[in-house]
Amino acid sequence: MSTEAKFSGDSVIVGGGMAGLSLAIALHKAGLRVAVVDAAPLDSAMTSEFDGRASALAYTSWRMLDSIGVAEHLAPHAQRIEDILVVDGRPNDGLRPGGPGRDSLHFDRREIHSGEDGEPLGWMAENRWTRVALARTAEACGLSVFAPAKVDSMSRQGARARVHLDDGSWLEGAVVIACDGKFSRLREQAGIRTTGREYGQKALVATVAHALPHEGVAYEFFMPAGPFAILPLPDNRSSLVWTEKAAAADALRDMGPAGFQEALEARFGDFLGALTPEGPRWTYPLGLKMSERFIDDRLALVGDAARAIHPIAGQGFNLGLRDAAALADCLVEAKRAGLDLGSPAVLEGYERWRKGDSALLGIGTDFFNLLFSNDHASVRAMRGFGLGLVDKIAPARRFFMRQAGGETGDLPGLLKGEALSL
Amino acid sequence: MAAGPAPQTLSTPSIDPEEVAKFAAMAEQWWDPNSQFAPLHKFNPARLVYIRETLCDHFGRSGPDPLAGLSLLDIGCGGGLVSEPMARLGASVTGVDAGEANIKTALVHSREAGLDIDFRHGTAEQLLESGGPGQFDVVLNLEVVEHVANPQDFLRDCAAMVKPGGMMIVGTINRTARAFATAIFGAEYVMGWLPRGTHRFNKLVRPQEVREALQAEGFSVRSPVGVSYNPLKDRFFISGDAGVNYLLAAEKPAST
Repeated sequence: MSTEAKFSGDSVIVGGGMAGLSLAIALHKAGLRVAVVDAAPLDSAMTSEFDGRASALAYTSWRMLDSIGVAEHLAPHAQRIEDILVVDGRPNDGLRPGGPGRDSLHFDRREIHSGEDGEPLGWMAENRWTRVALARTAEACGLSVFAPAKVDSMSRQGARARVHLDDGSWLEGAVVIACDGKFSRLREQAGIRTTGREYGQKALVATVAHALPHEGVAYEFFMPAGPFAILPLPDNRSSLVWTEKAAAADALRDMGPAGFQEALEARFGDFLGALTPEGPRWTYPLGLKMSERFIDDRLALVGDAARAIHPIAGQGFNLGLRDAAALADCLVEAKRAGLDLGSPAVLEGYERWRKGDSALLGIGTDFFNLLFSNDHASVRAMRGFGLGLVDKIAPARRFFMRQAGGETGDLPGLLKGEALSL
Repeated sequence: MAAGPAPQTLSTPSIDPEEVAKFAAMAEQWWDPNSQFAPLHKFNPARLVYIRETLCDHFGRSGPDPLAGLSLLDIGCGGGLVSEPMARLGASVTGVDAGEANIKTALVHSREAGLDIDFRHGTAEQLLESGGPGQFDVVLNLEVVEHVANPQDFLRDCAAMVKPGGMMIVGTINRTARAFATAIFGAEYVMGWLPRGTHRFNKLVRPQEVREALQAEGFSVRSPVGVSYNPLKDRFFISGDAGVNYLLAAEKPAST
């Protein structure tokens, strides 16, 4: 057993996922001494077998990735979202790009960011490419990464916190940041409870190539069993997020190619021409899980460790990045002022900043899921009316686009595209 | 590291004894951001960043340990809310406070934090008379001048402890009707942020009075900045409005 820390600095970040690495890179580039620990080597996360999902990146999230140097690695694999079309009902009810049917809502980024190269509403990227871009950036900037390394527990020694690895060694800093996901071990060990519920739904995730170009349009169809989203990827491909009751989603995942092709065509319609499914299919259970606290003694929770929400609005990763941006702001400001980074005065500032936003989005997506995963005639009529109404009011459209872009509340500097420094 | 037994002669030249007792009674909870010191913890980051930036500018410093190698005296250091951050930024810090409970709290807490700070129980004048640590590159004079018996004499004594080429930063509350309304009536009676009687209006000191006292000692005095409160964000920030809380930096000429 060693008697000296493997790493001693400002902060130890547990979990090298997308939120954890983004935060680590932001802090490192601002001049803080940080280390990342992850159970898997960083490059193992790069195959599509590891994570088949794609994520929508709100434009404020992209600004952050741009300011920390990740966007340049990701851009060749990311697709601009120029338009979002929200449609109630079946996708094959005569829908065409540019000619949506009734009860639909069209968001056009040119209404908030004009010009040929105006900022898009967001970007779509497959998670594996986001992980590659993060890993490359981390390597290029000399970030300390300890992976593979298994975290056992954390302890406090005066003004220092230690992260103990299962081989008996440890890393220490003024604050430990748990980015270890929905089932966060550090959160559990700190005795922070979670509340939430399972929706009984699963999202089937698959990639589909199509004959016709999507032209950067993202479609969200609200179906009785849950939303069905067609999200544009590079090279005439789209990422499907197909929500069904859990058993139905699993059945879709396990179908043979011919069966799935038939089910897909029935649901998707033919407005993008002939469809060719690509790669494996995945299902992810949908649920809402919210931590009662985001902080503990010398510990801060970030991303899914803090809360996991329904992916209906594509905000999960964006929320993680918003946590990361807010915490980076708090820690860099504290470092600049010479404050103790793990002190309650600093961490409570982070919690206050983030908790309101998360609760609102959690409840909001919960409500939307109930509203839209519903086939009662009266509910259908009401939401159809609401969609049509918003579609006719330009300020309302711009408001929702900015909301979806993450441009709400008191924005941390990174989400405005500003770089942090001491 | 410790100052040894406190100078018992609290018939100090610059602090009214009843005011010392008032602050010593508050000492225990200095470091709890949810205690009655909450406003001080909210107030602290804005002024710390101002101090850092002003010193970096004056001494031509930057980076993670910008105050390395500078000696710094924190007068009226209380529980060490400024002394500790200054030590973390690299300064060799001496903190003096006339309240015994304050200095003990500060000492215990700084040791836990792994910081080596020279805390002394006493007043600025006693430190000057003792001739002990001599002069400092930086003298911080925060929220003290409004509590001393004679601000002019006090500022003159503090000025004597600044090295030639060094800097003094004074932070206090202006003597304006608005300061009375917010910093005294508002903070003590409406918000309950500070115990009633913490500040007395006629003891408050205007920027011009600080400026004149320091100019008389040969300092060149910068324009004061305000520390203002944004109720929407529940944060303090540095502003151009010195009408209530203000900070004022003054440079001592390199050779007099």
